[in-house]
Amino acid sequence: MSGPSTYEPKSAIERWLDTRLPVIRFSADLMAYPTPRNLNYWYTFGGILSFCLAVQIVTGIVLAMHYDPSGAGAFVSVEQHIMRDVNYGWLIRGLHANGASMFFVAVYLHILRGIYYGSFKAPREVLWLLGCVIYVLMMATAFMGYVLPWGQMSFWGAKVITNLLGAFPLIGKPITTLLWGGYSVDDPTLNRFFSLHYLLPFVIAAVVALHVWALHVPGNNNPTGVNVQSKSDTLSFHPYYTVKDGFAISLFLILFAIFVFYLPDALGKVDNAVPANPLVTPAHIVPEWYLLPFYAILRAIPDKLMGVLALAGSIGVLFALPWLDTSKVRSMRYRPAARVYFLIWIVATGALGWCGSQEPVGQVIPGLTGPMLIDYDLNSVTWLSRISALYYFAYFLVITPLLGLRETTLPVPDSLYTPVLPHDAGAPVGASPVLATEG
Amino acid sequence: MADSLAQPVSDTAPAAPDAAAPSRRDFINIVAVSAAVGGAAAVAWPLIDQLNPAADTLALASLEYDLSKVALGQEVTIAWRKQPVFIRHRTPKEIAAAKADDHAPMKDPATDASRVKPGHEEWLIVLASCTHLGCVPTFAQGEYGGWLCPCHGSVYDTAARIRKGPAPKNLYLPDYTFLGDTRVKIG
Repeated sequence: MSGPSTYEPKSAIERWLDTRLPVIRFSADLMAYPTPRNLNYWYTFGGILSFCLAVQIVTGIVLAMHYDPSGAGAFVSVEQHIMRDVNYGWLIRGLHANGASMFFVAVYLHILRGIYYGSFKAPREVLWLLGCVIYVLMMATAFMGYVLPWGQMSFWGAKVITNLLGAFPLIGKPITTLLWGGYSVDDPTLNRFFSLHYLLPFVIAAVVALHVWALHVPGNNNPTGVNVQSKSDTLSFHPYYTVKDGFAISLFLILFAIFVFYLPDALGKVDNAVPANPLVTPAHIVPEWYLLPFYAILRAIPDKLMGVLALAGSIGVLFALPWLDTSKVRSMRYRPAARVYFLIWIVATGALGWCGSQEPVGQVIPGLTGPMLIDYDLNSVTWLSRISALYYFAYFLVITPLLGLRETTLPVPDSLYTPVLPHDAGAPVGASPVLATEG
Repeated sequence: MADSLAQPVSDTAPAAPDAAAPSRRDFINIVAVSAAVGGAAAVAWPLIDQLNPAADTLALASLEYDLSKVALGQEVTIAWRKQPVFIRHRTPKEIAAAKADDHAPMKDPATDASRVKPGHEEWLIVLASCTHLGCVPTFAQGEYGGWLCPCHGSVYDTAARIRKGPAPKNLYLPDYTFLGDTRVKIG
């Protein structure tokens, strides 16, 4: 993809093919790709995510063979036909349903890794943007997939999320009607969601190909954030990182298997075992765990349009991150202050996730009545959501831009090699400290 | 690379004397691109419009309901065009509470009289979809004696007017007429 090719065709047929369609050259160069030698296990999530996508596509294609996308038949085709009657249907559906959660576990760790080591900074902005696009596509795909079993949570989740778009003046209502294909969420909605749910994973696969391409132009970042300077800083992708990724995938599979075989319904909601009923909303509706922080941001704001804009903004701000971060030091390894703010951001986002799973009027500390602030008790899920959401946005829009200009960073090593060398074998760690900022 | 190869065989030379003046080639380009864009738009519209409700979906017509089945203080939820509708037989206390708040500060101000048909103020007929994100609110919850939406905490009063929470509008009123004292036609 970049750099000179090292592949040499060995047989006559390889030479013949190489001048016609150099697929072997392409794959060989991919496998020989020079990769920084200091990548740690946080860098295995790319491989894990490719594996997750493959699992979802394979199990999904199989499930589509047994699924009936109609209001009358969907619930029965999933809960009775696939789960009880189709040979190994329970396993394939268990892999697919839990696979979605595993996919999000991996993608969140992958994103956190990218933020921590500054992998979004120049020259990797396009790589980061493509990653954000994949994430949005994943959320759309997961949402539509969740609708397909046509249980109560499926139905009401679809209703709430499609109604989000209705918040926009003028265009909102026509767009929701276009999504529904009727007066409300109904059979036409289910049909088109099924069609799109089948389509989007292949779109994701295409954007993943662009993402890998954009990765291979500047090359991988690494935990030091220091640029690769020579060939001695790198290792061939195969066998070094195929094996490392393979080992990580094996560990990941253990977690995956625990959920599939021992906790198949732990991440689901019991309400979804009730067939969709358009006349009754479940007492407590919540989205899947991976969407909870955004759901909490939506609920925190007592205005429909502003809530929807904040929800969109909370994801949109990720796209702007490469231009919001002013720090010249990539890796947070050498940015102690940034580490603290980042950790608080993770806690705030976790708090938002918890808030999203609670009743909007619930108390944070049970039994304690706090002072009334504007419209809600201070000890309410609503206020915790508001404070956490404020930090969520402040982290990106205020802290990240200002911190890069004001912080004092630690000495950045000369090369990605330096920190792992024994001290007596070369220069001491940080021999010539580079203070990247004036602060 | 492609450009440098194309250079010797390109016919830009005739245009060289006055490169800025539109040539017949420019005209052909504009016509060709316009035709392609127009054609694409013409094909795109049916592909988008097919997502809108089909004729058989729109044909879900009106509905008649016998109100004598709903006792005083009772509420039924019926499906009209696949959407839930509340038919609430309001008690005098609920009506009085709604009227008393007629001029209280509200997000979407409306008098109780504007929410019901004259002479039938005991019957409140509203679309049962919360105007926030479409959940069905639950009666007898929330501090205004009306509905509370379980999804995001919007509170409606006994005239189904929005009083608190994120919903922007009162519960919508469907088109309906009384065919008699105990019969109503919705739609």
